[in-house]
Amino acid sequence: MAQRESTFLNMVGCLLVVTLVSGGLLGFVHARTKDAIEASKLKAQSDAISSVLPKFGELGKSLKVMPEHSTDSVEVFPAFTNGKMVGMAVKTYSEKGFSGHISIMAGVDTLGNITGYEILEHKETPGLGSKMVVWFKNKEKPGQNVIGRNFSSTRFTVKKDGGDIDAITASTITSRAFLDALNRACSGIEKYKLACAAKMTQEKK
Amino acid sequence: MNQWNNFTKGFLKESPTFVLVLGTCPTLAVTTSASNAIGMGLATTFVLIGSNLVISLVKNEIPDKVRIPAYIVIIAAFVTIVELVMKAYTPELSKSLGIFIPLIVVNCIVLGRAEAFANRNNVFSSVIDGVGMGLGFTFALFILGSIRELLGNGSILNIPIYSESYIMLLFVLAPGAFIVYGYVMALIHKINKSKK
Repeated sequence: MAQRESTFLNMVGCLLVVTLVSGGLLGFVHARTKDAIEASKLKAQSDAISSVLPKFGELGKSLKVMPEHSTDSVEVFPAFTNGKMVGMAVKTYSEKGFSGHISIMAGVDTLGNITGYEILEHKETPGLGSKMVVWFKNKEKPGQNVIGRNFSSTRFTVKKDGGDIDAITASTITSRAFLDALNRACSGIEKYKLACAAKMTQEKK
Repeated sequence: MNQWNNFTKGFLKESPTFVLVLGTCPTLAVTTSASNAIGMGLATTFVLIGSNLVISLVKNEIPDKVRIPAYIVIIAAFVTIVELVMKAYTPELSKSLGIFIPLIVVNCIVLGRAEAFANRNNVFSSVIDGVGMGLGFTFALFILGSIRELLGNGSILNIPIYSESYIMLLFVLAPGAFIVYGYVMALIHKINKSKK
């Protein structure tokens, strides 16, 4: 079979057919995978929430609140057992990482103690900044552990800046960013409580 | 015998990574661990097989002057399929490979094989070429990934081999990629030379 000639009509027709077929194919694949992609995103989020909080019954409706000194909102997920609040998971972030944006899920109980955290997204240096995934939950090293610490009694800044937390060796910037995200979570929870209280008084009226 | 040759040439004799030196950008970037390397290699293999198959089927229908845009659209379609499927069923892997999956579109290996092989050979040899080249690429990435993970993280496929206190962090960072790439490339060339 000879090669089709490069006339104008042939070229236009060929490209039209190729793009139409690929477009149709992609539409088909998109429709087939859309639900699965959505589901895997939701699952990743709910997995993160249940790993940072103690066992709970069900999740309440999440709320996006604007913390202080922030350019973007954080999302607060309240967790309940038999209708009683047991804690909140906060999807918080920091822009101060060594390589930019860091996204963290932090769990806080009703007393303000940190129950856990999970790094959702980061681009820190492998082997240095990326150690934050486990560094701040090392139970054997109380200086660097943040789990169980309370927001009202702990200064969540690195020791170099006068705080209470040991920074990751050779990754002070990443450590500052991590603590920045935690402080943002704390501020988000305060805002969330205010928003809830405002809603309750409104309902009473 | 000829088809066997088409299949095996991707591993050593015409290894896309070490001999043709194509697709170096993803090679250097994703080989920080052996599992990333395998994921990237298999995704590229799938795209290669698909694009070689389709392009060798329609090669006579596509006028010469628009063949590059037509090939790119075909390749991009396969890459997007891989991306969507990975996002849906292997979200962890798709997160760690990140931008390098969509970048398979501009990976020279894929377009290179379309231009150099699929558009002048029949469907069967083109598919064999796709499988061979793809697995050869995967093999090359796996070697690089294992060496870098072993030296830089003390593990292979996330299985710890020795204590973290002895690791050489350099090897999971960018300079380590170039160093390992260079040494392995020299070694492969030596093996190829001794075979001749």
